[in-house]
Amino acid sequence: MSILIYANTANGKIHKSALEAVAYGSKIATDMGTNATAIVVGACDDTDTLGEYGATKVLHANDAKFNSFDPSVYTKAVTAAVEAEGADVIIFSHDFTGKAIAPRVAARLDAGLVSGAVDYPKLDSGFTVRKAVFSGKAFANITINTDKKVVSLLPNSVDKAPVGGSATVETFSPEVGAASVTVKEIIKESTDLPLTEAEKVVSAGRGLKGPENWGMVEDLAKALGAATACSRPVSDMDWRPHHEHVGQTGVAIRPNLYIAIGISGAIQHLAGVNQSKTIVVINNDAEAPFFKSANYGIVGDAFEVVPKLLEAAKAFNAANN
Amino acid sequence: MKILVCISKAPDTTAKIAFTNNNTEFDTNGVQFIVNPYDEWYALVRGLELKEQHSGSVTVLNVGTAENDPIIRKALAIGADEAVRIDVNPTDALQAAKEIATYAKTQGFDLLLLGKETIDYNGSQIGAMVAELMDLPYVSLATKLDMNETTATVSRDIQGGTEVVELSTPAVISAAKGMAEARIPNMRGIMAARTKPLNVVAASGASASTTISSYELPPAKGECHYIDADNVGELIELLHNEAKVI
Repeated sequence: MSILIYANTANGKIHKSALEAVAYGSKIATDMGTNATAIVVGACDDTDTLGEYGATKVLHANDAKFNSFDPSVYTKAVTAAVEAEGADVIIFSHDFTGKAIAPRVAARLDAGLVSGAVDYPKLDSGFTVRKAVFSGKAFANITINTDKKVVSLLPNSVDKAPVGGSATVETFSPEVGAASVTVKEIIKESTDLPLTEAEKVVSAGRGLKGPENWGMVEDLAKALGAATACSRPVSDMDWRPHHEHVGQTGVAIRPNLYIAIGISGAIQHLAGVNQSKTIVVINNDAEAPFFKSANYGIVGDAFEVVPKLLEAAKAFNAANN
Repeated sequence: MKILVCISKAPDTTAKIAFTNNNTEFDTNGVQFIVNPYDEWYALVRGLELKEQHSGSVTVLNVGTAENDPIIRKALAIGADEAVRIDVNPTDALQAAKEIATYAKTQGFDLLLLGKETIDYNGSQIGAMVAELMDLPYVSLATKLDMNETTATVSRDIQGGTEVVELSTPAVISAAKGMAEARIPNMRGIMAARTKPLNVVAASGASASTTISSYELPPAKGECHYIDADNVGELIELLHNEAKVI
């Protein structure tokens, strides 16, 4: 038996969320007294990085047929690796790719799946994994009862410091059949760090009055090394691109720091951000419901507070770099 | 075009979340249940729009007990032609997916649509599982869907952008925001829904592979620490020294 981790790539490089998934899987391997193998599907030139995060072996399925993402084809590659390695626990990152293939792999293996895990499994009585449910309003501890177990890890959930090992990299050539989904076009909206993986996020809402006022939000985000996000009305009015919308119908995020500027904190917005570790709310309405979920709050006009905060952040950077 | 839309029952977004029986069961007392919004607003409405363009039929499918009939009638009121309920209360996604796949395999649907996730368990699992069990192509998190004859053109969210893909039907597609606009049932729809067929089908007996051992509410958030708007430097200091996030 062993642990198999699917390591996602982007533009031919190991993706940041994959390092976290490998660190997570390696820790489980240590706890279960076994080894962690990573599988990389598609072109990638830095597979050896995975060794630094605890994988002892990397299977690299690098063939032209993996150049475009077909969940069915990727599923076959991963399940072939499960067989080859005799893996009992299969780990994914709960990102766009993981959401498309982890459930297929689970169905193919007839294995129980916990998606969006936020912590290491408890092994003392079976294999129990914690995940957020009811859109972040509660947690469930879910026990997987099948011999094979699939877990997808919510990004930014566990520590991912390198452990300084090294992995042997082997070429892997599974039988996968023909693709059924053809990619016609990829429209890049942003080259920045994806919101779901950003450790810091500065977000703004209708309180900013118009898209022309986003400059200070972007400047603050830049000074803090954060990604930018927005509330639903802002994306609905096309003030900001659709992919920046966080909340129940947009993306759900879990950064270490979430700064909400001029967002009242409707329950649908909170559903997408309430897992954030530290929440700062800036709003001129002291009664805004968001303050109830905030760690830190500033009651004041965004157009006065944000520029001052930007100066303070720049001063902090100057003093600490 | 024969379209199947899978709908799930979910607690209303504003429902108070509490647990009973030593934190092992969701307390449904006083909870209003709705059609899972992603299933209703995006999957069902896009299914109806495609039927309007290409003719055919829209069937809604729910895996659940008779308690779910009101939300199934709501889907019929919005415009689905008929409904099927597989008569079992599933306890995990794989069990529900197996029931859906077993039924759908024999029905010759061109398209299976469902929402990107439910708002209660937030699993995002069933669509991909059904696709695998039926050996069909699957596109997740689709924001746009167009059909012609036997080809579907789908836009889906990917990291930092959108991917446009083409696939042949039958296929399974999970719907996200952007695919359609919610429809509110009118009085005529509500009246018609009462007499539309709701067929109850016996479950195939698939079993669950996971169990929920316990639920927990998140630890209570401490009081909000207010910082004077004239002294925002203090916030930076607290974020650095206390919260340790910068």
